[in-house]
Amino acid sequence: MRQYVIAAALMCCATRVEAYEIEDERLFGPPNMPVISVLSTTDTDVFAPVIEAFLAAHPDHALRYVAASSQEVFRAMRDEDAQFDLVISSAMDLQMKLANDGFAAPIVSAQTQALPPWTKWRDRLFGFALEPVVLMASKKAMQGLVLPRTRRDLIDLLRANPDRFNGRIATYDPNISGAGYLFATQDARQTDAFWRLAEVMGRLNAQLYCCSGEMITGLENNELALAYNIVGSYAFTRVQGSDDLVVIELEDFTVALVRTAFVPRNAERPQMGAELLDFMLSKTDGQTTRSGGAALLPREQAALPPHVRPIRLDPGLLVYLDRIKRANFLAEWNAAMTQP
Amino acid sequence: MGLQSGSLRARLVLQLLVVAAVLAVLLFFTVRYTADRAAEATQDAILGAATTSVAEQLRATEEGVEIDLAYSTFSMLGAIGQDRLFYRIDIGNSTVTGYDDLPLPEQRPTSLAAEFYTAPYLDTKIRISAVSRTIVVGTSPVPVLVMIGQTRQGQAAIAGALANRAALLGFGFFVLAVPLSLLSAGSIFNPINRLAEAVGRRGPRDLRAVRHPTPRELAPLVAALNGFVSRLRGALSQTETFIAEAAHHIRTPLSTVRTEAEIALRQSDNEATRIRLRSMIRGVEESARSASQLLDHAMVLYRSDQLEMVEVDMGQAARNVARAFGPTAELKEVSLIVLGDDRPLPTRGDPLLIEAALRNLVDNAIKYSPEETEVCIALSQGNGMVKVRVCDQGRGLSGASMEQLAQRFSRGGNVSDVVGSGLGLTIVTEVIAALGGEFLLEEQATGGTCANMSLPQH
Ligand SMILES: Nc1ncnc2c1ncn2[C@@H]1O[C@H](COP(=O)(O)OP(=O)(O)OP(=O)(O)O)[C@@H](O)[C@H]1O
Ligand SMILES: [Mg+2]
Repeated sequence: MRQYVIAAALMCCATRVEAYEIEDERLFGPPNMPVISVLSTTDTDVFAPVIEAFLAAHPDHALRYVAASSQEVFRAMRDEDAQFDLVISSAMDLQMKLANDGFAAPIVSAQTQALPPWTKWRDRLFGFALEPVVLMASKKAMQGLVLPRTRRDLIDLLRANPDRFNGRIATYDPNISGAGYLFATQDARQTDAFWRLAEVMGRLNAQLYCCSGEMITGLENNELALAYNIVGSYAFTRVQGSDDLVVIELEDFTVALVRTAFVPRNAERPQMGAELLDFMLSKTDGQTTRSGGAALLPREQAALPPHVRPIRLDPGLLVYLDRIKRANFLAEWNAAMTQP
Repeated sequence: MGLQSGSLRARLVLQLLVVAAVLAVLLFFTVRYTADRAAEATQDAILGAATTSVAEQLRATEEGVEIDLAYSTFSMLGAIGQDRLFYRIDIGNSTVTGYDDLPLPEQRPTSLAAEFYTAPYLDTKIRISAVSRTIVVGTSPVPVLVMIGQTRQGQAAIAGALANRAALLGFGFFVLAVPLSLLSAGSIFNPINRLAEAVGRRGPRDLRAVRHPTPRELAPLVAALNGFVSRLRGALSQTETFIAEAAHHIRTPLSTVRTEAEIALRQSDNEATRIRLRSMIRGVEESARSASQLLDHAMVLYRSDQLEMVEVDMGQAARNVARAFGPTAELKEVSLIVLGDDRPLPTRGDPLLIEAALRNLVDNAIKYSPEETEVCIALSQGNGMVKVRVCDQGRGLSGASMEQLAQRFSRGGNVSDVVGSGLGLTIVTEVIAALGGEFLLEEQATGGTCANMSLPQH
């Protein structure tokens, strides 16, 4: 039912329902200074080091950091005419659509021009970090079992151990999570095994989540055994302090997400937005952005491990945002999830 | 600006440069237009195929219509120049998906053959391809309209790059045209320069028609020049003929006057009358001398115009002249001797001219010598020249220079009562110039004058 409402809201996006929902808002730097506004899907704590480093170089500015879900970021830009100087999101498809529909301003700087062509779209949308989308498991829960290396292994494992995994496998709910929808559609695009996997998960009463962080918490609490499609930066950060969690990059393919940023056309301080973007892209300054799972963007795509498939920044991303296509996809997904 | 005067070369170069510049600009625009059209046609074909394929994949199902947009198609459409993409699918009269406000075609396409149009959309201008078909929903046919639009940055970039290259090429042509046009201007003026050089090289009395090979375009100039030259030559020879005739006509009555005056002198006892008659005779003598020298001069000019070079033995010519002056020398008791004529001294020239020169030299030598002296005509050869040296023991030149004395009608201060017209040395120098020889008149340290004349050996 809930997914229907959201799908309906998406379909009639012309009607303004309410203001976009934010998760967190924090002001960095000295008060009563010109404020740079950033809208982002990244958790404030994760991004704070970058902001602090940037403000250290620009002491005459303050920075307002607003964290929201990718859907809300998209809605804020598209329907609410929200004013920000830089918009950062992991939902490449939504970012692509905003850029395609003319919400991004052109940015030309030495940093943006130095970017390899596959990590940017025109002079509008720029990728600054690459993170794989991975499978996570709890060693305790997997005791006595071989960790899966491919999706086929995973399907076989789930089928062979229904009792152990019933209600203990989690993934994103594509109905509510933009990133989850992107990962699911990219998986579906890559392999037919995805739908078999969805069916198996549906039969095992998979738990659907909004966010990577909550899924990892579920694993830590022993509520979950496996979490499918976790964003790399969360996975690698959280696995560090734990001897129970493992991160698995599936070898048939591992989708890699490019975090992207753009300066909106209606930005109040586009110059500062562009400067923050440059800061994030610069080799030394940007390092903090990429720590914890987010890989540096290699110059050549070929430099990546063969199983890593970065999602390309091109208008193909618009396809799954098509309202009919989206409705069909979600209908199929929901059918797979709700099996007798 | 002086178009009438000024440099032809500069004008030519300027004109060629203007043509080159015009061509370069033309090239730029032509290539840009053509490249733009070509790129547009290519991208239209891709866009049309994509639109048609989306339309073809439309299917009617129980719930309505199934639309399957292909990920790879959209990926591909954005590949050229990372263009922005918009689409819209209308079924019946309502938009089922895509951008509701994407501009519709002016005329609804009637088939799966794509219709293309350019329209402004959002903040940009896009090229749209529209395709229509009919599907059957339930039992009734429903019209479907599929539109895909894209920006054309890629096309503009391709056309721009090609046009820039063409402009560079055009500019290259332009740069190349500068030295080339300078060169060609130079080569065009070469024949003119050569003609001018050929005409300029001619001697002062060379009035032959110009036969220098020249381009067809210069023919009028050469013809005009030749016409002018022949008129000049006509006028000149007329003057010369006239002078010769006049001299001849004067000489006859003068000799009559002279004879009459001499008879009168012999018959008259009145001293005053005799003095007058003597001065009259002298005047007549001078006039006769002038007339005959003028005649000689005219003859020399005429013959040197139409030179006929034949072999002349200098010894023979000297002997002839010496024989002719025999009586005159005897009268003055001057011994006239020819030396070095015992072997042949062949030279090339016109015998009449050579004799005229010799005659004037010997005449001077006798004329300006006192009685009972010696005039020697010494002949020799060496250095490819035949030399004639006429020496007297007379009064010398009193310091006058040869250039001065050789001028027309110019006589030295040393002449006292010697009759003369001042044309003798003029005739000599003209003959020498015509035959390509050398002449030198010098005073001897021992007194007397030596005239040296040399002509090329045969
Ligand atoms: N052998 C010479 N001795 C001295 N003076 C000479 C001799 N030859 C020429 N001159 C000088 O040079 C002048 C020019 O000589 P030129 O033969 O041209 O004229 P001319 O003898 O005076 O007249 P004509 O035309 O009758 O010969 C003479 O007037 C004379 O002053
Ligand atoms: Mg003389």
